[in-house]
Amino acid sequence: MMWELLVQPFADFGFMRRALMGGIAISVGATPAGVFLMLRRMSLTGDAMAHAILPGAAVGFLVAGLSLGAMTIGGLIAGMTVALLAGFVTRVTALREDASLAAFYLISLAVGVLIVSTRGSNVDLMHVLFGTVLALDDDALVLLCSIASLSVLTLAVLFRPLVLECADPQFLRSVSGLSAVTHFTFLALVVLNLVAGFHALGTLMAVGIMILPAAAARFWAIGIGALIAVAISVAMLASLGGLLLSYHFSLPSGPAIILVAGLGYALSLVFGPVGGLAGRAFPRRYLEA
Amino acid sequence: MNHALSFRNLTLGYDRHPAVYRLDGEIAAGSLTAIVGPNGAGKSTVLKGVTGTLRPLEGRIAFGGIARSEIAYLPQQSDIDRSFPIAVTDLVAMGLWREIGGFAGLRASHRARVADAISAVGLEGFEKRPIGSLSGGQIQRALFARLLLQDARLVLLDEPFTAIDARTVADLIGVVRRWHGEGRTVLAVLHDVDTVRAHFPRTLMLARELVAHGPTAQVLTAENQFRARQMCEACTGPPHTCGRSAA
Repeated sequence: MMWELLVQPFADFGFMRRALMGGIAISVGATPAGVFLMLRRMSLTGDAMAHAILPGAAVGFLVAGLSLGAMTIGGLIAGMTVALLAGFVTRVTALREDASLAAFYLISLAVGVLIVSTRGSNVDLMHVLFGTVLALDDDALVLLCSIASLSVLTLAVLFRPLVLECADPQFLRSVSGLSAVTHFTFLALVVLNLVAGFHALGTLMAVGIMILPAAAARFWAIGIGALIAVAISVAMLASLGGLLLSYHFSLPSGPAIILVAGLGYALSLVFGPVGGLAGRAFPRRYLEA
Repeated sequence: MNHALSFRNLTLGYDRHPAVYRLDGEIAAGSLTAIVGPNGAGKSTVLKGVTGTLRPLEGRIAFGGIARSEIAYLPQQSDIDRSFPIAVTDLVAMGLWREIGGFAGLRASHRARVADAISAVGLEGFEKRPIGSLSGGQIQRALFARLLLQDARLVLLDEPFTAIDARTVADLIGVVRRWHGEGRTVLAVLHDVDTVRAHFPRTLMLARELVAHGPTAQVLTAENQFRARQMCEACTGPPHTCGRSAA
């Protein structure tokens, strides 16, 4: 019974194994970036960036159809352009970063939907917006795993400057010239992972696997390392659970994965030992000095 | 006398509005100097100019053989995100940045120095506590420990004793005097004139422009303080258009 429920779908079907592999790659690559986005109070920035990659992917689609490479490069260029333009406007005008980012991503989203809907079919639009995790081919898997590896390595190298940029940016600026490099490399990582996520989950859902596990982890762990470990675990479980839900109940797989991640967040919110609602209702005895 | 800093016709401001106007003067190497003045006098602005955060609108700051990397700066507390989940040890260890950079690991000798710095500011037992769980005084002690590790020739402190208890102030003043004894140059923005009188041999009084600069007893006179208040209250536009300068 348990075998049929949990293992059989992956044993029987290659597309399910590839989808699970893709989910794991995205979990390992994107979720640590999501933890830093959350800690920097930039969770909605991730959402904005996810929308911003759409016109690039759409132009890639226009030029080469549903081509992995063209849509990836297009998405990367669009995402980085919006990030840099928003950063530029923030630094030279009185507009705050959230407002300038919102302005650029809304324009991006409108342009992207316009391009896809005028030149493609509704099926194409659905592919770009919601992804096709069950249709990941070997090339897409290689791309997702490469991005995850690059992301983990870059975060490992960037870890200390990034922590300092988050906790005390003024101190980082006073002791090092790495502040701007750290900020923009981190944004590039976010865009890169959103592009990876978009192939599996679509532009609208990609940010979900980045932010929901990070938000859930906040209720289980305190240190950054522990937060990242818990968030990756939640994301992997969400990928597994979402795919099984999708298989057994014939549900669209992307939203199913994000919904399971959302369930993980809701359970953490209630039962998490670090500030969860249940803990507030039944507080533990304080520590003796 | 060697000068750690020289201000030459220095005007600093925000978005073309001067906050400090045509400041001239020298800060002697190895001196312990307080910057005082009413709210809005431009005290913190001067420190931002020294760190390079603000570029002069006019004039210049000359460094007497001190490189930017030899300056340690403690801004006001609000600049630190205390909800960020790092421990006291990690925050203090950041003071070793110039030695270990952004990527090298901490050796045993580094860890010993971090422990010594934490001990020197009286925070033993708090090493693993998240910074978000510390009181205002404790976080200030941790930041002083980080400054100790920076081993800087010029130390800039922006209102370092605001909203902390008397015992912590006394302990941290001990650290400041230790720096002074080691020949480091210390420049601190302060509000409490009693602390300045008791512990700071030299004072620079500002009211958007220089009011007085020299030995503390000669600067912190009732007349100078009254004049500084008048200059700040009278002046709502550019400093040179009002108060003493307009006369």
